[in-house]
Amino acid sequence: MLKIEIDGQAVEVEHGSTIIDAADKIGVAIPRFCYHKKLSVAANCRMCLVQVEKFNKPLPACATPVSEGMKIFTRSKSAIEAQKSVMEFLLINHPLDCPICDQGGECELQDIAVGYGSVKSRYTEEKRVVLNKNIGPLVSTDMTRCIQCTRCVRFLKEIGGMMELGLVGRGEHAEITAYVDKSVESELSGNIIDLCPVGALTSKPFRYSARSWELTRRPSIAAHDALGSQIEVQVKNNRVMRVLPREKESINECWISDRDRFSYEGLNSTERLTVPMIKQNGEWKEADWKSALEYVANRLKVVAEKDGNDIGFLVAPTSTMEEGYLTKKLARGLKSGNVDHRLRRGDFRLDGHFQGTPWMGCNIPDLQEMDRVLVIGSNLRNEHPLLAHRLRHAVKMNAAEVSIVSSLDDDPLMPVAFKEICSPDGMINELLQILKAMSSLQRLSLCLPPSLNKLLEGIEVSANADAIAHSLAGLGKDYDLVSPRSGVFLGNMAQHHPRYSELYSLAEAIASLCGATFGVFSESANRVGLDLARALPSAGALNARTMLEQPRKAYMLVNVEPEFDCRNGKQAADAMAQADFVVALTPFKSFALNDADVMLPVAPFTETSGTFMSMEGRVQSFAAAVKPLGECRPGWKVLRVLGNLLGLEGFDFDSSEAVKNEIFGGEKPSKVVWNKLNNNLRHLVEVDVKATSTALRRIGEIPLYQSDAIVRRSLPLQKAGQSSVGMAAMNSALMQKLGLQEGDLVRVKQDAEAVKLPVRLDDRVYDNCVRVPVCAETARLGDLYGEISVEKAS
Amino acid sequence: MLSQESLARIDRELTKYPDDHRQSAVMSALRIAQDELGWLSKDTIAFVADYLRIPAIAALEVATFYNMYELEPVGRHKITVCTNISCMLRGSDEIVDHLEKRLGVHMGETTPDGKYTIKEGECMGCCGGAPLFHINNKRMCEYLTPEKVDEILGELK
Repeated sequence: MLKIEIDGQAVEVEHGSTIIDAADKIGVAIPRFCYHKKLSVAANCRMCLVQVEKFNKPLPACATPVSEGMKIFTRSKSAIEAQKSVMEFLLINHPLDCPICDQGGECELQDIAVGYGSVKSRYTEEKRVVLNKNIGPLVSTDMTRCIQCTRCVRFLKEIGGMMELGLVGRGEHAEITAYVDKSVESELSGNIIDLCPVGALTSKPFRYSARSWELTRRPSIAAHDALGSQIEVQVKNNRVMRVLPREKESINECWISDRDRFSYEGLNSTERLTVPMIKQNGEWKEADWKSALEYVANRLKVVAEKDGNDIGFLVAPTSTMEEGYLTKKLARGLKSGNVDHRLRRGDFRLDGHFQGTPWMGCNIPDLQEMDRVLVIGSNLRNEHPLLAHRLRHAVKMNAAEVSIVSSLDDDPLMPVAFKEICSPDGMINELLQILKAMSSLQRLSLCLPPSLNKLLEGIEVSANADAIAHSLAGLGKDYDLVSPRSGVFLGNMAQHHPRYSELYSLAEAIASLCGATFGVFSESANRVGLDLARALPSAGALNARTMLEQPRKAYMLVNVEPEFDCRNGKQAADAMAQADFVVALTPFKSFALNDADVMLPVAPFTETSGTFMSMEGRVQSFAAAVKPLGECRPGWKVLRVLGNLLGLEGFDFDSSEAVKNEIFGGEKPSKVVWNKLNNNLRHLVEVDVKATSTALRRIGEIPLYQSDAIVRRSLPLQKAGQSSVGMAAMNSALMQKLGLQEGDLVRVKQDAEAVKLPVRLDDRVYDNCVRVPVCAETARLGDLYGEISVEKAS
Repeated sequence: MLSQESLARIDRELTKYPDDHRQSAVMSALRIAQDELGWLSKDTIAFVADYLRIPAIAALEVATFYNMYELEPVGRHKITVCTNISCMLRGSDEIVDHLEKRLGVHMGETTPDGKYTIKEGECMGCCGGAPLFHINNKRMCEYLTPEKVDEILGELK
């Protein structure tokens, strides 16, 4: 520790701290523009100049490391003079168009200019003008306002993982730009809006719609991935105007993904359902709540009287714990065991084998402390943008070795130590190889149960699998082998894999063999929470897949758009069409719900109170940020009233808090969670070593901006994600084999459904696989990982 | 885009830096590309960046920062005259006037036959030989007089 003095205040700081760190620690304000605690130090704005004893000129506080006994003066005559001069220079070319600038009122330049700016400008020459750049549908630019702090450049390079912006030119001609009219494609790009200390980068969707002082700030939780990022919903006239991150170091630091930032545009979509609708003679008619709910209760009762199991309950994994729990309770009351929220899952053989609720296996910040990580079946940047950043950080700071096993070779924008791109079936074999390689490492050879040993007979270990095993085991490397900082994680694509249970049990075996943390990067905001609330089929009942394979007489859909949210869009649509009665609790009117009989408008996450549980098991409740739109009602209230109308016991909740209390049995959530989270299996699941298929396989990826109903309706996000949907992508070998050229129109056929799509060359897709992402065009196709045929369209 | 010879030269530059610091070779690589093609188009810069496995924008930053990289096509012989203080005191204005008159173009322009480009440069660190210019960033010509300029222009093919 070093003892220094700032403005006469003694302070002890760690070796290597800079003056600005020390000053921030004791709350001495030093003005700054380019410095940001999460980014590298550039020291190019010079605003943080301070006087240091024994130095004859002011020093930049952000780039000057402290030394023992240093005396720093941040408010001395020379310091203030230096800061004021810098301010004067910064304002020379700044347009001072605050009245028409979106940043006005929340602008760092404006704030600091109040303290350090001069009353009058001495500059009479012409100011420079910089042309605006179009960097995509999310971030709007006004480059004349830029003060070249380069925070945006450093963010995209260091946090985003790809340098998409740069400072070109020199001196007066320096300007921030992307390479020749390119857009910024980072899935974290929205953060540069927050970082920009002036109005050069502002939010395109939010532009000119409100002033920061007109907005009411309400805390909430992000609803589009399982991180549980803390957000601030900003509201004007009962309308969500924008979403910003709240700082939470242990979850989202000070960032959020673009999906969480711009999804709110979907909340204000014209497709919002605002009144209950009942279909009469094939036509949608508006209804009042009372008659709609009574109608639903009666119809459900009729079916349930015969057999409760004729009703299927599908809950979107983005629903709150309260909604999931009440749906389950309703189902049980109607004597139906068919409840599920794992709509995109294909393999349910693990049901009944879990010792608890599967989760991430560690906390989010642990990830960036790891030095060896194996990620299985994950398109990280799409699935969990901020987890990708944590891993990127681990690679950069700890020289972590990240290995990947997947069918898609999408660039995670970080150096990957080893990767094995293989067919979906090949992934099983690959894990077996890693397991075998690892079991043959001397240190670990005795740990494998005989049942597994048998499986490994005849498996040939490739050099790559061997390398992954060595990396994970940390053999011959300078790693802590007693308490290893390594992890094995399953991503969304692994969870959608048709042989998920085999992947799971092999990954678990690999992790336990090398002492690594084992976990699942859960899909959707509340997958873990809904598991904990047991929105799951009871023993012997139907799960999300079988409920559609064996069509039910009636369905209740909670926040679900069957074609988009279910694994097999075609099957889901058919099941809905066949059913006698379908009631959808939904915030949106949707063509995917045309086969429903009743649509009840329920509130999306900004309009209801509720609870999400993140993949790390953090239980976070939130209140409504705005009043429900039109006649929308919170989902838990609708379910409660339905329970009452059906005459079921135990539906007398007067708040979502009361529902939450019941879920956790009146205990403190953290205590319950601690006891229930468990990734271990009771038994080993059977692994079929030989199963392979030569058929053309679909890789039904869920694109970044197709993940749930709200995101799908956010126009800016749809524009940003255009390039990743509506195509059949395959590698050059397959294109040649099928005699196709890039851009050709093909008929993509699955089961009885066919759609026409353009072909895209994509060598990141494995042989004999076709990447057909889920989107409006492909929603009616079948299984996400099913067989597929592709032929040239005539 | 670049000849095998140029690529070999870039490869040689790359051997001077550790493998994970390929970016360090960006200045040499851009210079080699410019030597071959005369100037750096956006495509050339992107090609070089790709070859070094760095983002195109990172190479563009460097190419736009230094004024010896040409971002527009130039004539076969690019003559950069120093007009900073030492050269000015030693009569660089006269050299500039002479060049402009003799070639019929202004500073920053290229002759219609594409043979010459003349441009202003900043101090080249050889003030002892002022006034001076250099040709194609390679050949430095010192102690210039109008007669000597004519002589040098006569030598250029």
